[in-house]
Amino acid sequence: MTVDATLTPPALDGWAQTYAGACREHYRRVLLDLARADRRIMCVDSDMGGLEDGFAAHLPEQYVNVGIAEANMMGVSAGLAAAGRIPYVNTISTFAATRACEQMKIDIASNNLPVRVVVTHGGLSAGHYGPTHHALEDVAIVRTLPNMTVIVPADAVETELALRSTVDLPGPVFIRLGRAETPLVHLAPYDFAVGRAVPLRPGDDVTIVASGPIPTHLAVEAHERLAASGIGARVLGMHTVKPIDVDALVAAAGSTAGIVTVEDHVRTGGLGGAVCEVVSEHRPCRVHRLGVGDAFFDVVGSELELLHDAGVSTERIVEAATVLCRG
Amino acid sequence: MADIGFLAERAHVIRTRIIEMGASHTGTHVGGSLSAADVLTVLYHHVLRVRPDEPGWPGRDRFVLSKGHASAALYAVLADRGFLDPGECATYGEHGSRLAGHPLRRLPGVEFPTGSLGHGLSLGVGLALALRRDGLPARVFVVLGDGELQEGSVWEAVMAGAHLGLDNLTAVVDRNGWQISGTTEECMALEPLAQRWTAFGWAAREVDGHDLPALCTAFEELPYAPGRPGVVLARTTKGRGVSLFENRKKSHYVTLTPALYQRAMAGLRARSRT
Repeated sequence: MTVDATLTPPALDGWAQTYAGACREHYRRVLLDLARADRRIMCVDSDMGGLEDGFAAHLPEQYVNVGIAEANMMGVSAGLAAAGRIPYVNTISTFAATRACEQMKIDIASNNLPVRVVVTHGGLSAGHYGPTHHALEDVAIVRTLPNMTVIVPADAVETELALRSTVDLPGPVFIRLGRAETPLVHLAPYDFAVGRAVPLRPGDDVTIVASGPIPTHLAVEAHERLAASGIGARVLGMHTVKPIDVDALVAAAGSTAGIVTVEDHVRTGGLGGAVCEVVSEHRPCRVHRLGVGDAFFDVVGSELELLHDAGVSTERIVEAATVLCRG
Repeated sequence: MADIGFLAERAHVIRTRIIEMGASHTGTHVGGSLSAADVLTVLYHHVLRVRPDEPGWPGRDRFVLSKGHASAALYAVLADRGFLDPGECATYGEHGSRLAGHPLRRLPGVEFPTGSLGHGLSLGVGLALALRRDGLPARVFVVLGDGELQEGSVWEAVMAGAHLGLDNLTAVVDRNGWQISGTTEECMALEPLAQRWTAFGWAAREVDGHDLPALCTAFEELPYAPGRPGVVLARTTKGRGVSLFENRKKSHYVTLTPALYQRAMAGLRARSRT
């Protein structure tokens, strides 16, 4: 099946040009930069490829490769953190959230240790690699772990801001990145704070809440299309899924017709689930959750093709927002 | 020089407390606590550099009880060494107590909560790596069960410890030969165990895990080889010290009735006189 699987990347000026490329590559540059300034930082690798040259070659004393052994990696990182280090754990999201979940839960989260689990291949970003490498339930799993902060940056800019603002956070952090290059959402500097939604586009008719690179990009695209039909869609970039920005959601629930959530994750338990938890308790409103349905998703295709097949697309956001506006 | 008479006396007190916790309304993992009692006695009273009045002292040797189900043995030895008030052992398993069936993190002297098997050696590798890179002389000791070695994650950590050359890390295997459903060799065979560890790059030492002088010597001679972590394979008897529990499958988890408690204590006293 052929779908219109293209994104319209924005033109980048001088500031934004430094953020071109995949979040993963940008993360690795920032990590090296942070580690050079802070000897407590350790890069813990599980044979991800590239970190041996990108990090170990520069700071060998702050690097350890434990091989293809994610469960052990989480325990080793907990041990390092308990002895005063700040480990940045590197693996693929599903290997952290599902294979090594128990070590994250008991060894890292229950001890409230400052381990930063930085994962790539979030959502469907592993594309044609297939479902063994997709991570569609990672956010749902990880946000149930007490003490854990869960951040899903929308682009390389937000990735850097998330990394720099969490170095000294006392507890564990899960930072979920995509794999391939995705368009920038943020084209100018902005104010980032853990737990605070970013108002990406103004609007008073309906609200679109998104997290992650492509969902956020699609949400912004949907805003433009809705504007052309006279609908004002507020777009909130919800980079921090836990702790989530309750105030921004309550305000949206109170002042717009409803909320459309957009994520590259199953519809249960992730961003959409978190939004429903908040509004159902504080300010009930209609919510339409866009995400992957409750079935194993073993379609072959690129990330964009797969998201389209799962019903995560600009068209579906526009449709859902329009329905909410009509009441 | 180790004072063997003193260690024997302490081991007896520790076994007494284990039996007392076994007589609580919840019961406890009696067999595997008694098998580890001598190892823990020697570690806490002869080997570990720790400060009971300053449990978080940065220079301390780190201890991880990977076989967290032997919590009663750990509480007994922590109380005996001054980390806990011995009277607290009587709260074992009660609502609001700090003494759970598997150790909680918030207990003084406990580095990590353990009990889900296969976690402790990875934690030990991380601790040992950080201590070594910080240039600190502190050492790391991890006590594992033998059945626990069936967890694959243990062998991930075994590989890592050897690969990283962590000679400040020592694993102690409480080789009592039993797990819940029978002997380890019937359930999922572990032998030849020493060869398995040495094939993975560790320096192994086999020792009678109830021979206090031999245990002292085994720990005094660490590290066994520069650049290699050490493993002490402590051949032990499940339920050691109370003949009605020794080498019995049913001694894995016991809730002692008052009558059984009396018999067990009498058996323990009789054994300690021999």
